[in-house]
Amino acid sequence: MNRSRLGSPQAESLALDASGLPTHAFGHRNLMWWGTLGLIAIEGTIFALTVVSYFYLQVHAPKWPPNTPPPSLLWGTLNTAVLSASLWPNHLLKKAAEHGDLARIRRNFIACLAFSLVFLAIRVFEFRALNVRWDNDAYGSVVWLLLGLHTVHLITDTYDTAVLAVLMFKGPLESQRLVDVSENAMYWYFVVAAWLPIYAVLYLAPRSW
Amino acid sequence: MIQVQDLEPAPAPRPPGNAVPPTQADRDALEHTWRDPQGFVGWFSAINHKTISKRFLLTTFGFFVAGGLIAVAMRLQLMRPANGLIGPDLYNQLFSMHGTTMMFLFAVPVMQAISIYLIPLMVGARSVAFPRMNAYAYWVFLFGGLMLYAAFLLNIGPDAGWFSYVPLAGPEYAPGKRVDFWAQLVTFTELSALLEAIVIITTVFKLRAPGMALNRIPLFVWAMLVTAFMVLFAMPSVMLASTGLIMDRLVGTHFYNPAQNGDALLWQHLFWFFGHPEVYLIFIPGLGFLSAIIPTFARRPIFGYTAMVLSLIATAFLSFGLWVHHMFATNLPEVGKSFFTAASMLIAVPSAVQIFCWIATLWTGRLNLKLPMLFVLAFFFILVLGGLTGVILASVPLDLQVHDTYFVVAHLHYVLLGGAVFPLAGAVYYWYPKFTGRLMNERLGRWNFWLFFIGFNLAFFPMHLLGLKGMTRRVYTYPAEMGWGMLNFTATMGALLIGASVMLFAINLWRSRTRGQPAGPDPWGGGTLEWATASPPSAVNFEAIPVVYGRDPVWETADHPPSRPEAVAGLATTAREQLVTSVLDAQPDHRQQFPQPTPWPFISAGATSALFIGSIFTPWAVVWGAVPVAIALTIWFWPRHDETAVNVALEKSA
Repeated sequence: MNRSRLGSPQAESLALDASGLPTHAFGHRNLMWWGTLGLIAIEGTIFALTVVSYFYLQVHAPKWPPNTPPPSLLWGTLNTAVLSASLWPNHLLKKAAEHGDLARIRRNFIACLAFSLVFLAIRVFEFRALNVRWDNDAYGSVVWLLLGLHTVHLITDTYDTAVLAVLMFKGPLESQRLVDVSENAMYWYFVVAAWLPIYAVLYLAPRSW
Repeated sequence: MIQVQDLEPAPAPRPPGNAVPPTQADRDALEHTWRDPQGFVGWFSAINHKTISKRFLLTTFGFFVAGGLIAVAMRLQLMRPANGLIGPDLYNQLFSMHGTTMMFLFAVPVMQAISIYLIPLMVGARSVAFPRMNAYAYWVFLFGGLMLYAAFLLNIGPDAGWFSYVPLAGPEYAPGKRVDFWAQLVTFTELSALLEAIVIITTVFKLRAPGMALNRIPLFVWAMLVTAFMVLFAMPSVMLASTGLIMDRLVGTHFYNPAQNGDALLWQHLFWFFGHPEVYLIFIPGLGFLSAIIPTFARRPIFGYTAMVLSLIATAFLSFGLWVHHMFATNLPEVGKSFFTAASMLIAVPSAVQIFCWIATLWTGRLNLKLPMLFVLAFFFILVLGGLTGVILASVPLDLQVHDTYFVVAHLHYVLLGGAVFPLAGAVYYWYPKFTGRLMNERLGRWNFWLFFIGFNLAFFPMHLLGLKGMTRRVYTYPAEMGWGMLNFTATMGALLIGASVMLFAINLWRSRTRGQPAGPDPWGGGTLEWATASPPSAVNFEAIPVVYGRDPVWETADHPPSRPEAVAGLATTAREQLVTSVLDAQPDHRQQFPQPTPWPFISAGATSALFIGSIFTPWAVVWGAVPVAIALTIWFWPRHDETAVNVALEKSA
């Protein structure tokens, strides 16, 4: 009763031996890659639907922005530059993880976290330069929602990165942890890539109307 | 150069690998390795997919019964004209709770719950992917449902309908906390469903037995894979919508407030962009059950496998283009509505393709009319009726006549109960022996079936006529002069019959656990891999992971050439090792170490619940509530020294 039907008794020599297979793999071969991709699909859909809601409200409004000037360009544009620049240490971090070079991993983790502190600080100024409150009108609500959603991603990604960085200094390590570092870097790519259309919506769309 | 090795623990002794066929020592070791821990803390630490699935199923069945009792209460109120049993305020809560329960706490989660049990067995895996996240998703779901029912018992249950239309659900017309509890329930259940979708997709793509190429996976697995992808793109919409709603109510945003450039129809668009795919999230798993049950009882492989798969995918795509047909009574452009009428008609095509394939399978097979098949045949009858009224509702002028009447109530129950609940009941009779090792009682089952079938038609068919006579949805009573009394009385009698049939079902489920006829591994003669395991399966499912050469591996083992590998050897027996294969062809790729049981998913879910519930009362809960969540998730993730030492040993041995 307890025996698999497929394991026929004489098949001793007819097994597929898995004992020599590697115990980790990078990229789409790994489970963590698919899990991260699933999160990216979900969060990308949320961003996309928020942008759709923005334009839905825009086409139904007589004037856009209805009552206030558009967001000031300075801090948002500066942050776009900082976020884009953070891709470089993030890329180096991903490569270092794939090569298993712990010294470079640690170095680039510190660089990434330094970038995090800078873009989170600038983000505070971005909120203050929106020139509208969330409770002024629907425009203010959707603008705060969009910037707020992206900021949540910056905060969670910074926290994930910090936790992994501490692990890289303290251990215990095995190769699978390098895969985690690599997938964390993929998620960072997404958070930056999602920002570019959001920047265009927040800062350029109200000016081109 | 500093190497990773510098922070590695010294390797533990290498765990031994399994032989083919597995020895008794292999079996004992694997059982010990993969089973859930004992004791009080152990109970909260369980992560085996079968344990989580059984708890999930029991929870969803509990909510189904609760939602059903609420329906019976409504039917008793409507049984005769000018009835004074239930007042309007409670009635509003009852229909909102009924819809919310059945859609968010039963129909979608029950499908995911059953599939996290079956999918690993069907694809030849020892676990689902991300077993801890699977446990977390269950706890989040449970806490969300308990929150809703606690609110309902305290007279703060939602009262604006299961789709909470604004402005009725907005701050002006729904003061108090009732709608806030509804909005957070959505957050709970959709978070759970989204995580389960990731679990299912990753399991199906990466954990299949060697040789089970994508064009060989069972159709039920295809159905759940397609459903999981739909969840990824549909559920975010309702989460976003309900977040906007709760912010409008709590922090003064204006998403749905026309006075400040907001738009009430934005709610309807976002809700139905989720809500229409939702119908198919419930229906497609039902199709999957049918595609599993029919070949077994027709005793032949399914006719038109490729057409079936393409139909599932086509249905999924089309279901995202139908949402406006819920909004025909709004001021949208008429040309746009015509497009949605066309799309609504079009989706009948892939459904028809599947129905014809099933008929061909049944026609050319040797029919074995057991209980699960009765439910399948009921599906054909009821779904065709529901589909016909669907075609009527897809047409704008007809829809305007019966919009918001009992005609729509009749239609949706025919589609959802016929399309999902009848197949689900058949599926329970079909797989119950796999879950418990015993068959359900056939005689009680037949009583259950006929009471359900007759009761269902008695309850819901008269509603078509009531709708045509002008009875609107959600009214708590009606005067005798309307002439609706007789039809309503009939519907209530039908509802009581359904109640009796569900009671028989519950008794059968309970009694058969110990008194049912022993089933053996394959009581129905099925062809898919779950029937190759013991009933109930051991903790590890497969002591040696099988190698697959066709779509119905159990049927194909009899006549194979003797010189090909039958199973996988060399996976650790004293560590949780799983074979990972390639996405398309399921070629062996690498070995993955799976995590140990831990209570931290449970604790994380508790912290998450505190954040969600706290945010109903103060927006700052999102800030301080995040701290315990972050701490719990970090401890959950943090690798243990001893486990890492074993993993390092396995890594070095490659």
